[in-house]
Amino acid sequence: MPSLGADMDSGTLLEWRVAPGDRVTRGQIVALVDTDKAEIEIECWQAGVVERLIAEVGQKLPVGAPLAWLREESEAVSTAKPATPALAVAPAATGVRPVRPVFASPRAPDARPPAPPPSRPRVAVGESRRVHASPLARRLAKERGLDLASLAGSGPGGAVIAADVQRAAAAEPPAERVLAVAASVAPTEAAAAPRDRREGMRRAIAASMAKSKREIPHYYLETSIDCGHALEWLRARNESRPVSERVLPVALLLAATAKALRRAPELNGFFLDGAFRPGSGVHLGVAVSLRGGGLVAPALRDADLRSLDELMAGLRELTQRAREGRLRSSEFSDATLTVTSLGDLGVDRVFPVIYPPQVAIVGFGRIAEAPWAERGMLAVRPVVRCTLAADHRVSDGMRGARFLAELARLLARPEEL
Amino acid sequence: MSARRQSYREALREALREALARDERVFLMGEDVGRYGGTYAVSKGLLEEFGPERIRDTPLSESAFVGAGVGAALADMRPIVEIMTVNFSLLALDQILNGAATLLHMSGGQFHVPLVIRMATGAGRQLAAQHSHSLEGWYAHIPGLRVIAPATVADARGMLWTALEDPDPVLLFEHTGLFAVEDELPDDAGAVDLDRAALRRTGRDLTIVCYGGCLPKSLAAAEALAAQGVEAEVVDLRTLRPLDDETILESVARTHRALVVDEGWRSGSLSAEVAARIQERIFFELDAPVARVCSAEVPIPYARHLELAALPQPESIAAAGLALVGARG
Repeated sequence: MPSLGADMDSGTLLEWRVAPGDRVTRGQIVALVDTDKAEIEIECWQAGVVERLIAEVGQKLPVGAPLAWLREESEAVSTAKPATPALAVAPAATGVRPVRPVFASPRAPDARPPAPPPSRPRVAVGESRRVHASPLARRLAKERGLDLASLAGSGPGGAVIAADVQRAAAAEPPAERVLAVAASVAPTEAAAAPRDRREGMRRAIAASMAKSKREIPHYYLETSIDCGHALEWLRARNESRPVSERVLPVALLLAATAKALRRAPELNGFFLDGAFRPGSGVHLGVAVSLRGGGLVAPALRDADLRSLDELMAGLRELTQRAREGRLRSSEFSDATLTVTSLGDLGVDRVFPVIYPPQVAIVGFGRIAEAPWAERGMLAVRPVVRCTLAADHRVSDGMRGARFLAELARLLARPEEL
Repeated sequence: MSARRQSYREALREALREALARDERVFLMGEDVGRYGGTYAVSKGLLEEFGPERIRDTPLSESAFVGAGVGAALADMRPIVEIMTVNFSLLALDQILNGAATLLHMSGGQFHVPLVIRMATGAGRQLAAQHSHSLEGWYAHIPGLRVIAPATVADARGMLWTALEDPDPVLLFEHTGLFAVEDELPDDAGAVDLDRAALRRTGRDLTIVCYGGCLPKSLAAAEALAAQGVEAEVVDLRTLRPLDDETILESVARTHRALVVDEGWRSGSLSAEVAARIQERIFFELDAPVARVCSAEVPIPYARHLELAALPQPESIAAAGLALVGARG
């Protein structure tokens, strides 16, 4: 079960798109998974042949749990089912692993692969060892989303007691604990009612935004950009095209943001485990509000490399799929910076909240006519107010200011986008 | 307010004296309660003070004088019947169970039996197997009875009057090991409630639930545990029937560990009842199995060392408490 976002603890398998014996290629969609946010198509990250499906449709699995076995082309067909799978941990977001089956516990990356004590009988595949834990420890572990089997017991007879759970929980980032509580009451049925989905999404957003406000020292910068030339250029360009191929101003803003980010690597990436990890490309998360409430921010991958038309087409397609609740796993977790635009609703400017583990977010208000002073002259121009919220642990105001200046420069030269 | 040091025995006597003085329907009867002053000297001096009409020596027939007490209660007297030890009360079990406890029910609510039966219970004084058992748990099994067990001087002073006010039969158990216990008691000490268990000591790590003669032992054990960094809370049940579940559960829900101490035998005991209620009601608050320290399942021995070994002691209670908190201790 891949991690489809920092705030995901588990997912429910809705559909298999492959069967044992199928040959799969990297990037192929192999399954449909329901998270609190949406139904997401899961891509396979490795080519091979499906050896066996482990997860069953309708099953809710923690992030890191194996979904299927994949045999690499070079591997021989295994004849015997392995009796006792090694306990190991699948790295999050890798989808199906081309290795021996892995039985993972969520958020226990250092879980020892414990050979069960010899006195305890080995158990069948898929079952877990009976953990001796007090009722209170079990309740607390459930509330905090912790796997009892990954905890060392200090109680009578080595039983896991409340103090062990609390110790382990204290080592967790608080936001994830909050989310774990939410996840524990999240709907488990594959066909969750829309209301449950909305509640689940609300909880996920709550946890993510609370984590952001609690942990990320935001700094905010704002700049007003004259869009006169850009809009004129766009109108002229759109005039000769059919309606379906016309490019909206928002695509222009996205294109400028993406290209400006190339020169501002400190704003493009993730803050993980106390360190900044630059993004491997510029993947713009586009905040899409959903009918019935909530929002998602799927990624437009490699937005800086796309032409304006490609960006527009990508945006149309992404928005539509987001609203249908059918996004792909990579789109969900890959965004390196999010762009939020509330101008359609008449908002002058946005003070955005960073979506962790990203390190910056760009907000656009509406493009509206405003008095514009330039070279001692006052004019009325279409102006957009662009705001940047960035993580001060990673970058400083100077870097953010340069980014906004570059963004303004690019919007003044739309021909280059 | 001034206070004076009083023994448990003196407090019981004060309570009797107050009851006899306040309500002329009150009288005391039992074996040796008059001229001898009571087997445990509780009623010493009362015959001289209140006369043979109200302090009545009875023949050695528990069935007869308990039955007389039931009859007197039905006739709107307020009898206090003393039975020398709970072992002997078995001779009057028919009067207590089939009579006192049942008449209200069988009369369709017409006949209350406002009877108080006092009896000594418990071991520790080398009185051997026929005088040393703790059978109050049996009585706590019986609907229609209230069963109380004063464990402190204040409760010895205050429980009797409240018991007399109860329109239905009350059994009051006085542990033989407590008669000589002394404590400060305010001059105006009086009636106490019978409905709530009492928190005798607070602590965060475990709850020791006990009553009667095991209270001082449990408090001593809690002191010993505290010296090892384990803070035990001590709940004194006070009333064995009906049990005050809320106080017990509220404490265990905070400490997450429960140790029940009962001088009765383990099998089918009051301790079993308390343990069962804890796991029925707050299983998911428990961080360890409910533990018990009870008397060895033997007739209480006469030999000093064997008797001590058969009973819950501060050492065994503390050891059970340590085991309960596990490796942390």
